[in-house]
Amino acid sequence: MKPKHQRLVLVVLALAVLIGAVLLAIWGLRGQASYFYVPSDIASDPPETGRAVRLGGMVQEGSIQTLPDGVTVAFVVGDGKATVPVRYTGITPDLFVEGSGVVADGRLDADGTFVADSLLAKHDENYMPRELEDMSKEQAKAVVAETTAQ
Amino acid sequence: MIAEAGLALLWFAAAMALLQLFAAIMALRGGEGSSEYAGVVRPSAIVQGPLVALSFLMLMWLFIRTDLSVLLVAANSHSAKPFIFKLAGTWGNHEGSMLLWVTVMALSGSLVALVERRLPERTMIATLAAQAFVSLGFYAFLLFSSNPFERLPTPVPEGNGLNPLLQDIGLAFHPPTLYIGYVGLSVAFSFAVGALLTREVGPAFARAMRPWVLGSWIFLTIGITAGSYWAYYELGWGGWWFWDPVENASLMPWLAATALLHSASVLASRDALRTWTIMLGVVAFSMSMVGTFLVRSGILTSVHAFAVDPERGTFILALLTIYIGGALTLFGARASTVSEGKQFSLVSREAGLVFNNVMLSAILGIVLLGTLYPLLTEAFDTKVSVGPPYFNPVGAMFAIPMIVVMAVGPLLRWRRDSFDRIAKALILPAVLTAALLAGAVLLAPGIGLLPLLGLGLSLGLGVASILPLLGRDLRRTPLPTWGMVFGHLGLAVALFGMASESAFSTEKLVAANVGDVVEVGPWSIELTAIEPVAGPNWTALEATMTARYEDGAPVTLHPQSRNFTQPPQTTSESALSTRWNGQLYAVVGEEGLDGRWQLRLWWKPFVPMIWLGGLLIAFGGALSLLGRVLGDIRRGYQRRRIAMRRDERPHSRAVPEPAE
Repeated sequence: MKPKHQRLVLVVLALAVLIGAVLLAIWGLRGQASYFYVPSDIASDPPETGRAVRLGGMVQEGSIQTLPDGVTVAFVVGDGKATVPVRYTGITPDLFVEGSGVVADGRLDADGTFVADSLLAKHDENYMPRELEDMSKEQAKAVVAETTAQ
Repeated sequence: MIAEAGLALLWFAAAMALLQLFAAIMALRGGEGSSEYAGVVRPSAIVQGPLVALSFLMLMWLFIRTDLSVLLVAANSHSAKPFIFKLAGTWGNHEGSMLLWVTVMALSGSLVALVERRLPERTMIATLAAQAFVSLGFYAFLLFSSNPFERLPTPVPEGNGLNPLLQDIGLAFHPPTLYIGYVGLSVAFSFAVGALLTREVGPAFARAMRPWVLGSWIFLTIGITAGSYWAYYELGWGGWWFWDPVENASLMPWLAATALLHSASVLASRDALRTWTIMLGVVAFSMSMVGTFLVRSGILTSVHAFAVDPERGTFILALLTIYIGGALTLFGARASTVSEGKQFSLVSREAGLVFNNVMLSAILGIVLLGTLYPLLTEAFDTKVSVGPPYFNPVGAMFAIPMIVVMAVGPLLRWRRDSFDRIAKALILPAVLTAALLAGAVLLAPGIGLLPLLGLGLSLGLGVASILPLLGRDLRRTPLPTWGMVFGHLGLAVALFGMASESAFSTEKLVAANVGDVVEVGPWSIELTAIEPVAGPNWTALEATMTARYEDGAPVTLHPQSRNFTQPPQTTSESALSTRWNGQLYAVVGEEGLDGRWQLRLWWKPFVPMIWLGGLLIAFGGALSLLGRVLGDIRRGYQRRRIAMRRDERPHSRAVPEPAE
């Protein structure tokens, strides 16, 4: 094989693998990316049961309950229009309080409860989950008002 | 005064970079006076290093003194902060860290100009021109949009303090390590541009570039390892890699640098893969620019996103476009003029390296797409997050073949070889892998596919990585070969740690009263007390736990839930107990309404091997670098002696140059 041919073959093979990787990545991203929902999205068009999604909203006043095992909390997340019950087993983030913004990673179970694998709450006074910043204006205003007050 | 002096030094250094670029362009154009211009290029590069370093020391001094008339100090420091964190505070913010970037860059520019004499002078001048061009962009960024020395109209009585998450010794040295890695890749990029401009793409170029790639790769490896360990114990989530965009920002340059390192060594010893090496040089630097952009622009949601400032993001994006666009245009224009290198057959060490280069590039593409995808969809108002369910399986599809070839490749000869010759050597690793897979499926059927493959491959790779040493005189084995063995072994060790962590970790989450005993894996842990404690700028609730591994001696753990006063923030300080076969990880949460405390405990078998493997990889890199540098020094010395002899006997026959 001439040197020029060898280079051509190498380039073609490398390109084929890289294009394969990109296609695979796109396919993976479509299947595996978890989409962001607010409670009213879940009310109008719920994600299929068991699919990984993120839920963002406000922890409703008076809704946080610790279950008898001492480590599972149940609470309700709302966005002013709809609410979703959430259950989370684990140590809650330090700034997880009623009336504050929260983003939960998890999935909807069969009875409509959102089972969270992890919770992101307001991180410090400067940081807020970005999804909450981009909620509709009045929601964002409410969240900002709640979460920036010390 | 100190702040003004620091700023003046920066301006002066920027002027020198402009001079360096101008003189280099004039020298390359040729014509009258071009040799005078050429004489200016190296000195103007050399002087920048000390200038910027001095400027950085001045900023450090301002932080040590907590000079609250300087905006940056007031915004990020506090007089009551421990000394080491005042020091680390210098680069624990946007402006300071960019100054650090530029400092490292100027120092490496000085070093290149000072020591690199092997390349043709024209190529060197083109390289330094590229270096000056890149530096100028960063000087402009620093001076026009991130001035670290800005004064406040009136000094404030007290500073704002440093993010408590960052007040940690590991993190204090994490960013500088990564920056050295990023900047090393900018030097490699300059070499690639210089070689392309002067059509000198060959083994000499690869040898000149290689120490910089190796050096930056070592620092990136250490930086990633340290960052991962920091996230593991400081965040208190028990995980060691989150596919967080900022983590990916450090992983992508590492993947590109790994590929570049290997293709540069093919070019240096076999004169093959010329264009591919140039391309990777451009890609590696692009990735460190993308990394800087992602981190510094605050464009991503992340636990690390401190800086939120769109103007700066735009600036870095513009720099990124200019450098990468320019380099790719140059590459497109010149790539066809680079002549083909030497040939090799399908079964040869070159072919193995090419295969793994392609796999690394594929993984890089997957990580890049996964990191940028949320940004793309957000432009169309759909918010998504991409995490392990995407990165792990899709990345593994390319990582697994790569690991297999990694085990085989180093045993192959250059140019042409056959599998028959090495088949015997590979029986042992193959049998071990198969035995472990079979054993794990029978004994522990619950293991996921990826951890299972990880365990099997790590064992096979671990054994195979030592095979190149078989039958060699160990005292005469060159240091770079040792480096390769340690590097590959390190990856096997890290892979074993990762697979074991995800296959065998056990977790317990309970609410416990003082005096309760909790079992997790082979450990039994008693919560003996919870007491308040105080540090210099925080108060905490500290749990005391007495842990026993099976019937062993008790160990005491003190996880804390800390409240920082300045700025007000709560963090969980995990407590670890390390044994040879794993780590116990304890976190204490809140007190429940019924007076019980939330405890989260993990037993993670062999998890420290992840970071031990990372350090082994870096150690391998260091051995290799040492071997290369010593070799260069020795050859330089021989060349000088021959030249000296030639001068003493001017009429004798010319002495041939020693072979490389």
